Amino acid sequence: MSAAPSERSVRVNGEPCRVWEAGQGEPLGVLAGLGGAPRWTSFLARLAERRRVVVPSLPGFPGAAGHDRLDDLPDWVAATLDLLEGAGLRGADLVGLSVGGALAAEAAAFSPGLARRLVLVSPFGLFDEAEPVADVWAQRPEELPALLAAHPERLLAELAPPADADPVEWQIVQVRAMEAAARLLWPTCDRGLAKRLHRIQAPTLLVWGDADRVLPPSYAKRFAAGLGGPNELRMLPGAGHRADLDAPDALAEAVLRFLA
Amino acid sequence: MKLLWFHLMPYTDLPADFVERYGSVWVDIDPALFDPRRGHQLYNEFMDELEQAAELGFDGICVNEHHQNGYGLMPSPNLIAASLARRTRDAALVVMGNSIALYDPPTRVAEEMAMLDCISGGRLVAGFPVGTPMDTCYAYGQNPSTLRARYHEAHDLILKAWQADAPFAWNGRFQQQRYVNVWPRPVQKPHPPIWIPGGGSVETWQWCARQDYVYAYLSYFGYQAARAVMQGFWSEMDRLGKDRNPYRAGFLQFVGVAESRAEAMELYRESAEYFYGRCLCVDSRYAAPPGYTTEATLRAKVTSQVAQAARRADQAKRAFAAPSFEEIVEKGYVIVGSPDEVAEQLRTVATELHVGQLMLLLQYGNMGRDLTAYNSELFAKRVMPQLHDLFDDQWENRWWPRPLAREERAVPRGMAR
Repeated sequence: MSAAPSERSVRVNGEPCRVWEAGQGEPLGVLAGLGGAPRWTSFLARLAERRRVVVPSLPGFPGAAGHDRLDDLPDWVAATLDLLEGAGLRGADLVGLSVGGALAAEAAAFSPGLARRLVLVSPFGLFDEAEPVADVWAQRPEELPALLAAHPERLLAELAPPADADPVEWQIVQVRAMEAAARLLWPTCDRGLAKRLHRIQAPTLLVWGDADRVLPPSYAKRFAAGLGGPNELRMLPGAGHRADLDAPDALAEAVLRFLA
Repeated sequence: MKLLWFHLMPYTDLPADFVERYGSVWVDIDPALFDPRRGHQLYNEFMDELEQAAELGFDGICVNEHHQNGYGLMPSPNLIAASLARRTRDAALVVMGNSIALYDPPTRVAEEMAMLDCISGGRLVAGFPVGTPMDTCYAYGQNPSTLRARYHEAHDLILKAWQADAPFAWNGRFQQQRYVNVWPRPVQKPHPPIWIPGGGSVETWQWCARQDYVYAYLSYFGYQAARAVMQGFWSEMDRLGKDRNPYRAGFLQFVGVAESRAEAMELYRESAEYFYGRCLCVDSRYAAPPGYTTEATLRAKVTSQVAQAARRADQAKRAFAAPSFEEIVEKGYVIVGSPDEVAEQLRTVATELHVGQLMLLLQYGNMGRDLTAYNSELFAKRVMPQLHDLFDDQWENRWWPRPLAREERAVPRGMAR
């Protein structure tokens, strides 16, 4: 893992949101997934070897406050646009993972020109009763890591409090991140994105772990069929929902190649 | 003190291998386990039992709200209360209560409770629980992150709707109604007494104190486990400068009365083991939706001693694996004994917890109508008289219904005047 990123803050609805940045060159925005970004990861470090990676935290996710002001989808989309614009990412390439993927897609649908090119990694946003999205908020605590990642030990390491952190506050930050995602997506993770996908005109790469137990890989085809612009799909063998933890190098490679 | 008869309305025919075969009594309980013919019998028996409790002289009869739940067959307590309002004359009707964040618009609750207060001649107690995660977030799909804010807005709207003297517009955060004008109006002015069923959160205690509402701790785990919570409640009242009026607090206790302790141990074993062994088997997946517990309470749970005790109780609850009746009695989940023994224990419970509104579960699990009647009658005739005087000479129960005078109240057809 490379050196720690630089850190600054952007205000969204008056509340501070952390922005991490590392690397040189064209900016590449990354919206993290379920649980947000409690730590800098090797996936982000790989991206930063070739691009200036900018990782803004959405309200309620680690490093950012204010999810409790966001009551409906327009509130979330406006906050996402404020955050991305505040972080200098309007018109930049944008990667959204999981929950961040749902908001990247919503923001791109509402605001043409927001993203030059889009990468959606196992994004939430659709729901099919015949093959339902797993309920990530109704899991026994000991079973959640293996649902989210093919390598649950990597997720457990990400979630373990660092030596210098207050363990109580660290745990509260992680619970808050789950709450923020629930606030946006409870209970079925469908906020009507299917009706707006056609408005996404930016060239889009869809990436899916073929071992995703949260969003079955068939959702990749549903996304691809709905998108309004040119798109391609890349499956990652052996990766679960947290493809950034399960296959950091292959995922970074796929992203960088698409955006090259 | 007040003694109230509480019905959960449990389904009584869950199979013996329920835990192993079915797993959860709540949210995703197997629909095939419900036999509507049995349901027909049970509802009628249970309503008979509530009516009988009123006739036996219990001060109040209590119903509550659960959804998709094998031990609570009252998704709509208001339906049961409407019938009880017609079939009882004097008992308080404690609807414990309506989970007000679940209703859109919440004025539906204001309307139905006003109807109940009118039909009963002012005997309603309005209970406003937030509702469990299982009921609200999982069965009813409410967002755990907005549930409490919705609850508070619904509360403010209902209270204003009951008291406003002109139609008004409500432009809330979650609720918008251009013309709020609840018709009918409650008999009790300014509104029926409000009781708040709660767990052990400091915010609920503070809110009850600020609003001057009853805090009702509805635990299934008896007085021993409740000590930490009720001590926390009373220290918070002291800190806020509120008096120690025991009628500020309600508590729920399971009881089994017989001629002797030995007889009680024999009579109540099956139904208690049924309740604690089958009815409380809730999948832990549905226990903790993120945001349901506030961050302040989460922090307190980790740091405060009071809450640590509560957490140990929580953990014990999760590890709940069909306790034996001996264990159930030893831990005080169910108080059993002769009338004198039960009276003595309940006096201690009420005094130690300092609780004036004591709710009793005298039917639980698969207890049949005969044993329920026996338990209720023995309690009413030989336990109740030993307890009623407690607190009454020192404290006024400001949270009890104020019905119309008896001669002003309508007499439903077929009821004795």
